[in-house]
Amino acid sequence: MMTRNAAARSHALDRQRSTLYRLIIALPLLLAALFLLASNRPAEAMQIKSVKSPGGIEAWLVEDHSNPMMAMRFSFEGGSAQDPSGKEGLSNFVSSMLDEGAGKLDAAAFQERLEDLAIRLSFSDTQDAFYGNFETLTANREEGAELLRLAINEPRFEKDAAERIRQQILASLVYAAKDPDRVASQEWFALAFGDHAYGRRSSGTEASVAAITPADLAAYRNKVFARSNLRIVAVGDITEADLGKLLDKVFGALPEKAELVPVPQVAPVTGGKTKIIEMDVPQSVAVFGFGAMPRKDPDFLTAFVLNQLIGGGGFASRLMEEVREKRGLAYSVYSYLQPMRNASIFSGGVATRNDAVKTSIELIREELEKVATEGPNEAEFANAKSYLTGSYALRFDTNVKIATQLLGLMEEGYGPDYVEKRNALIDAITLDDAKRVAKRLLDTGNMIVTIVGKPETPVAGDKG
Amino acid sequence: MAASLRSVFHPCLMVIASMFALAQSPTASFAAPRVTEFKLDNGMQVVVIPDTRSPVVTHMVWYKVGAADEPKGVSGIAHFLEHLMFKSTENIPSGEFSKIVSRLGGQDNAFTGHDVTSYFQRISKDRLRKVMEMEADRMANLKLVDKEVLTERDVILEERRSRIENNPAAILDEQMDASLYLHHPYGVPVIGWEHEMAQLSREHAMNFYERYYAPNNAILVVAGDVTPEEVKNHAVETFGKLPANPAAPRAARPADPPQRVARRVMLEDPRAGKASIHRDYLVPAYATAAPLEAEALDLLAKIALDGPTSRLYKKLVVEEKVASSTGGSYMGSGLDSGKFSLYAVAADGTDLTKVESAMDAVLAEVAANGVTAAELERAKNGYVAEYIYENDNQASLARRFGWGLSLGRSIAQIESWPDEIRKVSLDDVKSAAAKYIDARRSVTGLLKPLKAPLAEANPAKSRS
Repeated sequence: MMTRNAAARSHALDRQRSTLYRLIIALPLLLAALFLLASNRPAEAMQIKSVKSPGGIEAWLVEDHSNPMMAMRFSFEGGSAQDPSGKEGLSNFVSSMLDEGAGKLDAAAFQERLEDLAIRLSFSDTQDAFYGNFETLTANREEGAELLRLAINEPRFEKDAAERIRQQILASLVYAAKDPDRVASQEWFALAFGDHAYGRRSSGTEASVAAITPADLAAYRNKVFARSNLRIVAVGDITEADLGKLLDKVFGALPEKAELVPVPQVAPVTGGKTKIIEMDVPQSVAVFGFGAMPRKDPDFLTAFVLNQLIGGGGFASRLMEEVREKRGLAYSVYSYLQPMRNASIFSGGVATRNDAVKTSIELIREELEKVATEGPNEAEFANAKSYLTGSYALRFDTNVKIATQLLGLMEEGYGPDYVEKRNALIDAITLDDAKRVAKRLLDTGNMIVTIVGKPETPVAGDKG
Repeated sequence: MAASLRSVFHPCLMVIASMFALAQSPTASFAAPRVTEFKLDNGMQVVVIPDTRSPVVTHMVWYKVGAADEPKGVSGIAHFLEHLMFKSTENIPSGEFSKIVSRLGGQDNAFTGHDVTSYFQRISKDRLRKVMEMEADRMANLKLVDKEVLTERDVILEERRSRIENNPAAILDEQMDASLYLHHPYGVPVIGWEHEMAQLSREHAMNFYERYYAPNNAILVVAGDVTPEEVKNHAVETFGKLPANPAAPRAARPADPPQRVARRVMLEDPRAGKASIHRDYLVPAYATAAPLEAEALDLLAKIALDGPTSRLYKKLVVEEKVASSTGGSYMGSGLDSGKFSLYAVAADGTDLTKVESAMDAVLAEVAANGVTAAELERAKNGYVAEYIYENDNQASLARRFGWGLSLGRSIAQIESWPDEIRKVSLDDVKSAAAKYIDARRSVTGLLKPLKAPLAEANPAKSRS
């Protein structure tokens, strides 16, 4: 299937490329998911309870008994930033190993049991956290929870399974190295953050993945999987009492304290850098970006509204209008705001045929400068706000989406009441705020650009 | 991340899961969504799927036309028209469609397949009437100007570069389809062949629009917090005002002659990453299969090809270690035929010939001896559970019914899918395997990495 908008690209590709593609596309989408928080459902129906298990494990719960299933999302603060030097990719490796045998079950037995019970269980990581996603039908909840308990507490990390996963990761690295989108993004982070954990490849390098041993996997789990850095949201067909039991069973035996290596605060390198990575493809892929304010900065939400009208709002955004709608220079052009725990960035991307990619980048730069100097106009600013507030409920219409949204808030240190307050916070932002923050945010002098492909210098007047 | 390489995420696979999933099982003690169906006087079919958990709706219009209905030599026009539907009408200024939806707090997009074209919005329930008015308006009043058409044509050419030209696996896939279908238009890519896309015009788009876009050739699907009565009232006053076009329903497509020879294609490309082998078999679709044949193929694919518990993965990845990852699926959602597909990525240092032999051995084994009762039960449970999980997501439900109805299936047929799955016997699976895993109906694609040439002659610019 073909779709009109890059936002839906992840649904429309084929063969193994698609899985790799999803990882790239997932980033902006994930961010959108984390920061566009909802309006209606909270007010009308959704009740978020802060609960504590008998054993003292805290979680947020949204009870909804209309379908006999539940979703639980949880995270351990840590993620790939905890990977030891020379063992980059460890956290990612662990995320692929937890369903490769646990307790008395070897990999095949464990996976068959998951399938027999139709349990959806997956793990993933970002720079800052290690995530678990658990879904079960109510009828299978007890057994599902037991499998989850085993995966987290008693993964076997057997040599044979580890070798198999290692080969898959190594293959994925080879694919990533040939994928212009992946390379552009990796090179951007490397250029922006250098030796800092954020500059490393979170799935590692051939050498670092080759160096990871089963003992490393176990060590990561022992250090990162703990109660002190654990956050949990459950949504669906489960009562507070039943959730309490489930939490104690699954997480109760974890150590109290995580042993996390401190990760220093960092900002993208300044000075404005452009790096071209030659690859023999007809279309160049470019990533651009610079530092932004942290999530807790008073200007963050204003920057978030600005991003919406700059490049985060699909067809209602300036970059799409200038690059795609007016000039046909790209299928996909976007921006996003990504606050990580120890750095924050405003970033984006575009893909344009080789002989015009530089034109696209110049257009983007000009547009960012225009917003910085003139600010947004009143109409686009109002429209961005009305989208962000009006669409908030769309983020809360399935169990998994609710769990994902709420976990994001929890990780950022907000209480459940943020969901009720969020739209009013956006409504209160004025055009003057936006103008002021645009100057602060859009630091184009320090813009870092990576281009993968065979970019050619555009001929004069090509800006059409 | 590595785990995701195990299974191919396929658009059609997703659709199959969506359209044909439903449950009648130990866990089916809860009600399926109460789907209401009616017809407007002009022949437009309407389906309403209530989901009151969140105050939002998913509004979709499905046209029973797709890329396989394009005139010869005008490939890509169905998808191109889908893009152009966002331009202007008598009542909506150029490029405003998505901006209006966004201002209303909604999200919109569209997608095109070989058999269907679908447009949708997700929006707060009180805005449903407005988007129905807009969708009805562009069903009848599309206005296209040459300049916009030409600019958008550049966009779809960029889209083609992003999806196909920048990705050797996609190039191979396109060539495999062109080989698999000897005569049927499924062999032409949905996005179009580049040389024909470059010639598409306003007139081509308008001809296609006027021929196929009419209420009697469309299906309205609304899922969410809305009653059938409300939808009926709105539909009568919006879509109901449009005249039917008796000439709109599509004609039958040319059928393939008997397939007599196994085909092979090979792509050597420096961007290929790892060596991999891909195989597609031409098989029936749900819309064309004998009773339980398509269901048996679905189960066969799950057991033999899908994920780490599959025969293919166990033999090639776990036991023989000739592949680092494998996957496969049955795509049964076509109007005229289905496809049974599998792939394997060669382990380091393993020749594809060896991988292919192992793959063939797995297929020969299931064709000769079928699958086990335990495997069949697990696969049935998995599909039934997928169906139940999907009830949590109104957008997936809308897609399930929209797609099924577009292919001419009834609500009852769509809803009885889990029952049909339950009925499939070991013999059904074995006969399906024996009948359809037939090399003469297949194409095999090899993708091999090639060392980049040292100095490449300046290749002709694709466009200047």
